[in-house]
Amino acid sequence: MMNYDLVVIGGGSAGLASAISAFDQGVKKILILEKDLYLGGILLQCIHNGFGLTKYKEELTGPEYADRYVNELKIRAIDFKVQTMVLKITPDLQVHFSNARDGYQIVQSKAIIMATGCSERTRGAINIPGDRVPGVLTAGLAQKYLNIDGYLVGKRIFILGSGDIGLIMARRMTLEGATVLGVAEIMPYSNGLSRNIVQCLQDFNIPLFLKHTVKRIIGKHHLEKIVVAEVDDHFNFVSGTEREWEVDTLMLSVGLIPSIPLIENIGVLVNPKTKGPLVDESFMTSIPGLFACGNALHVHDLVDFVSLEAEKTGLAVARYLNDSLKQDYKLLKTQAGKDLLYVLPNTVNLNNLERINFNFRVSRPLYDSYLNIIVNGKLLKKIKKAFMLPAEMESIELATSLLEEGVLEIEVADA
Amino acid sequence: MRELICIVCPRGCRLKINDKMMVTGNYCKRGETYARNEITKPMRMITSTVVIESKILDRLPVCTDKPIPKEQIFAVMEAINQVVVKAPIKIHDVIIENVLNLGVNIIATRTVEI
Repeated sequence: MMNYDLVVIGGGSAGLASAISAFDQGVKKILILEKDLYLGGILLQCIHNGFGLTKYKEELTGPEYADRYVNELKIRAIDFKVQTMVLKITPDLQVHFSNARDGYQIVQSKAIIMATGCSERTRGAINIPGDRVPGVLTAGLAQKYLNIDGYLVGKRIFILGSGDIGLIMARRMTLEGATVLGVAEIMPYSNGLSRNIVQCLQDFNIPLFLKHTVKRIIGKHHLEKIVVAEVDDHFNFVSGTEREWEVDTLMLSVGLIPSIPLIENIGVLVNPKTKGPLVDESFMTSIPGLFACGNALHVHDLVDFVSLEAEKTGLAVARYLNDSLKQDYKLLKTQAGKDLLYVLPNTVNLNNLERINFNFRVSRPLYDSYLNIIVNGKLLKKIKKAFMLPAEMESIELATSLLEEGVLEIEVADA
Repeated sequence: MRELICIVCPRGCRLKINDKMMVTGNYCKRGETYARNEITKPMRMITSTVVIESKILDRLPVCTDKPIPKEQIFAVMEAINQVVVKAPIKIHDVIIENVLNLGVNIIATRTVEI
């Protein structure tokens, strides 16, 4: 059996940044396991630009952003294996994996980071009625076919969901000669970044239908048409608004969920809002020594924030491995209040950090509102916010000396 | 009068700009500059792929090294789609020099060794 101090599962943005950070903090024996042919993860198929604005203050494409991290990795003595599938993790931190060269192997590790990213919600997740025909696929899969393999999945496209991947693919398919007839979004606002609405839809006169969704999928051997209709405030179809669209492809961009089947069945506690594991201030899950970061923890909108979170995770793993995490507890639990979807981390041992970042997401667009930071029922801080959007993760940093044992709640208030 | 969504920050202000270049609807000063540039000369970066002969990849991702005029997007795409390259390619190698005489190069955004 092999022995490592740290096994990182996933060689994408979270895996690379956390491994590099742990190494720089003195963790010696690190192994990264990646299922694809190369390191870099989903960045490699995101060939558009806009990455790195926060971290590098310049605008990079996905492959360029990945390249920087892969180069950083390769100048360090960190082991990695590609085309390697992790089959099982045990609560005592054994990792079972297999690949063509090593066969079936078991590694005993002292710590594990889950950096397995997220997966796309599919037709089944939102139950679109109608015929089960080819031609219905997720936007990220279509992106892989086009940008990595060089196949255009269709010529007449409709997109359901206005998440960023859907918007990016609307432009990409148009540039490659397909006709994108429209994008339907069930919510009254778009879930994508406004610059993507402008540069991906408006530039190419692609209409965005807010409060609309797909009512039916029709086709015999292949997708032939879809029925799109308007919904009311309770998401019921408004009768008489049905419109048929003749298309050969329906692309879905209807949300992402952390991809953590490896740890769900070993009793890791999961946050019902994020669908990722519950974590403490060290990004440690309910199993000691098992950490999670990046999209496996909660879905991020910008890779820069994945990298920053992963760097903190690597640092926390180093502190865990050299026993410098405090064992005496001063425990603070977090809670999402009015208009918030979730707050991370879920628990904080205040003895462990001088400053702590709370990440959260609002449940609807909010303009000129306030954030109330409430500790044990008392208002600690009121922060004015010009705007907050569901598509943008929010973050506030607080000194732990201001906080006390108990419950911290973040809520939105009008004034 | 034209309506625009400002893309300078994520707030996404809905701007209006009239024939005299007066901007309204902007939350901050940067929106004004954005609207004027967007009306007079909208520029865009283009990212795409070209065919690569390689042992491990079929498509090489590429990018303009500077923004190009918006109305040239499809012409530049056509030029990009004519190209076939051979590995090895290093990141930021020039794939098309001075595309369509726009003073802009198409460069590789990934290293492909074999």
